[in-house]
Amino acid sequence: MHFEYQIEGGNFTRAGFASSEIKKKLKQLNVDLGIVKRTVVATYEAEVNVVAHAYSGTIYVDFDEEKVVIRLVDEGPGIPDIEQAMKEGFSTASSTVREMGFGAGMGLPNMKKNADDLQVSSEVGKGTTVQITMHYQNPNNK
Amino acid sequence: MDGKYFHHALKFRKDVCIGCSHCMNVCPTQAIRIREGKAELKDNFCVDCGKCYRACPVGAIIVEQDDFNQIFRYKQRVALIPSILLGQFPDEVSLTQVSSVLMELGFTHVYEVEHGVEVLKNTMKNHVETHQEARPLISTFCPAIVRLIQVRFPTLTDNLILLKPPLDIAAAYYSKMLIDQGHDPDETGIFYITPCAAKIAAVKSPVGQEDSPITGVINMDFIFNKVYTAVKQGFIGKNTCQLPILDPLKSSGVMWSATNGEAAHMTGRTLAIDEISNVIEFLEQLENEENREIDFLELRACDESCAGGILTSSNRFYTVDRMKKRAARASKKEKEGNYRYANPGPIVQYRDFLEDNISISKVQPRSMDKLDEDISQAMKKMKRVHEIMEMLPYVDCGLCGSPKCSSLAEDIVQGEAEITQCIYVQKRMEQQGVMPAEQSIEIMKRIWGKEKFEIGAND
Repeated sequence: MHFEYQIEGGNFTRAGFASSEIKKKLKQLNVDLGIVKRTVVATYEAEVNVVAHAYSGTIYVDFDEEKVVIRLVDEGPGIPDIEQAMKEGFSTASSTVREMGFGAGMGLPNMKKNADDLQVSSEVGKGTTVQITMHYQNPNNK
Repeated sequence: MDGKYFHHALKFRKDVCIGCSHCMNVCPTQAIRIREGKAELKDNFCVDCGKCYRACPVGAIIVEQDDFNQIFRYKQRVALIPSILLGQFPDEVSLTQVSSVLMELGFTHVYEVEHGVEVLKNTMKNHVETHQEARPLISTFCPAIVRLIQVRFPTLTDNLILLKPPLDIAAAYYSKMLIDQGHDPDETGIFYITPCAAKIAAVKSPVGQEDSPITGVINMDFIFNKVYTAVKQGFIGKNTCQLPILDPLKSSGVMWSATNGEAAHMTGRTLAIDEISNVIEFLEQLENEENREIDFLELRACDESCAGGILTSSNRFYTVDRMKKRAARASKKEKEGNYRYANPGPIVQYRDFLEDNISISKVQPRSMDKLDEDISQAMKKMKRVHEIMEMLPYVDCGLCGSPKCSSLAEDIVQGEAEITQCIYVQKRMEQQGVMPAEQSIEIMKRIWGKEKFEIGAND
C-alpha cells in the first residue's frame, strides 16, 4: 500500500499530519504498540525537520505485510556534514524555530534511536532524503 | 470481532428513539450507527462520556441506575457523595440539610467522597516524582478518559497513573471502619451518588481492579430532585436537621473533581484539560512526540470536569463558583488553625491500610482502530478501506447511517454495511441507470426506517 503526503516548508501548524495518518494506519494493521510509538516519534521528528529546514517535501509511505518504509524527500539546503548532524545537540535551526520548541538538535539522533533502520542522503543546495524502515515483528524491539 | 469488553451505563431506548442521528454526530469515538430508524451503539467503541445523552432531543438515551430500594437490603446504608452534590444547590442550602434529606430517604451514613484525597494526594505526588520513566504521567481520575486512552490512544496506556481515585479510597475506608465498629460486612451497602455515566460503568466493570468496593450507584439528578423538593417545601429547614455534623472536607478535597483540582497539587510542569474533544486533540498530538517536558496531565471528559457531568442539574459554572467559595471558606479555617479543619480527618487513621490497597493493575490497551487481529488480513482490509474511500464524497453527511465516510468504509470491510448506503453512490448509480429509484428508497428505508419516507410523515 502506497501513500504520499506533501510537506510545506516553514508551516509548523500542519506539521504532524502525515505522522498522524501513518499512526492511524499502523493501528489499523494491529501492529505492536511499541513499534507504533517508535515509528510515529521518528516520523514526526523527520517531518518537523523538513518543515524547519526545507522549502517543501514529500513523504512516500509503503506498507507491506512485514514492514513500513517511510521516505521523506525534500527540496532544501541539504546537510553538509551528515555525520556531525547525527550527533546529539547539533542544530542548525534558526532561533525562531527554536523558540517554537523545535530544533533542539535531537532530530537525526532521535530518529536513529527510534527507527529500525535509518538512511540519510543529502546534496547541498538540492535537498535531503531520509528513509525510515520499521519492521512489525522486530525481534530486537527496542 | 472481539467479545464485549465492558458494561455501559448508557442505554438506548428503541421505543423512544426517533432515529434523528443527533447522538451519532456528536459521538467523539464514532460509536453510534443508525439502523432501521434507530440509534445503535457499538459497544467496544463507546467510552461512556455521555455526549449522546445530552444531544438526544427525545430522551431516548437513559442512564441505567440501580433501583433505589435496593439500599434497604442492607442494615448499614452508606451514601458516598461527591462535593459536586453540594455544589448543585444555592448557597443557602447547607451540607447538613442535604445529608438530612439523604438520611430521611433511608441512608444511615453520609460521607463525602473527597475525604479520600487526604490519603491520595501525597501518594500521587510521590508517584509522579518517583516514576520518571514515563512522561507525562496521566491521571486515572476520570473513567471516560481511561477508556478513551484504551480505545483511541493505546500507546499511552503506559503513562496512566495506576492509583485508585478518591471514590474507591473513601469506599474502602468506610467499609473497613464499619467492620472495625463490629458491623457485618454482608450487611453494609455502599452507594455512590454519581454525576456521570462513566463512573457507573467504572463501578460495574472496573478497569485495573477485580471488583469495585461500591455496592450500587444512584444518579445525582434523582437525589437532587428529592433534596431540592424537600428544601423547597420546607420539610427540612435549617433548624429541623437532626443529623450529626459531618467531617469538614479540606479545601483540596472540595476542588479535587473540578478542573485543575488534581494538577494544582502535583509538582513539576502540569496541564489540566477538560472536555473530551479538547482531550482528543491534545492526545493526538502527544502520541506523535516524545514529550518529556510535561510531568503530569489531568484530563477530564466533561467541560468544567465533574461539574459538567450529565447527571448534574445545576449550571456547571454556578456549581464551580459555589465549590470555589466553599473551598475558600475551608482554606481560611485551615489557615486559622480551626480544630476541625486544620487537623487530618479520621480517614488518615487508616492510611497504612488504604495505601497498601491503593494501586490498580496495568490498564490494557484495546485499540478500536485495528481492522483485524491478523496482520495480513488487516492489510487486505486496509487496502479495501482505501479503495472504498475513493468512491465516497468525504462529506461526512451521515445519511448512510455511519457518522463519517471513513466509518462507513470501515463498516463495509467489517461486513456491517454496504457501499450502496452512500447517497452519492446511489445517485451515481441512478445516473448510470444501474439503480432504479425504488431500490435507493428501499436502502434508505432500511437505514432510517420506513416511516420517514411516508408522505406526510411529520403531520
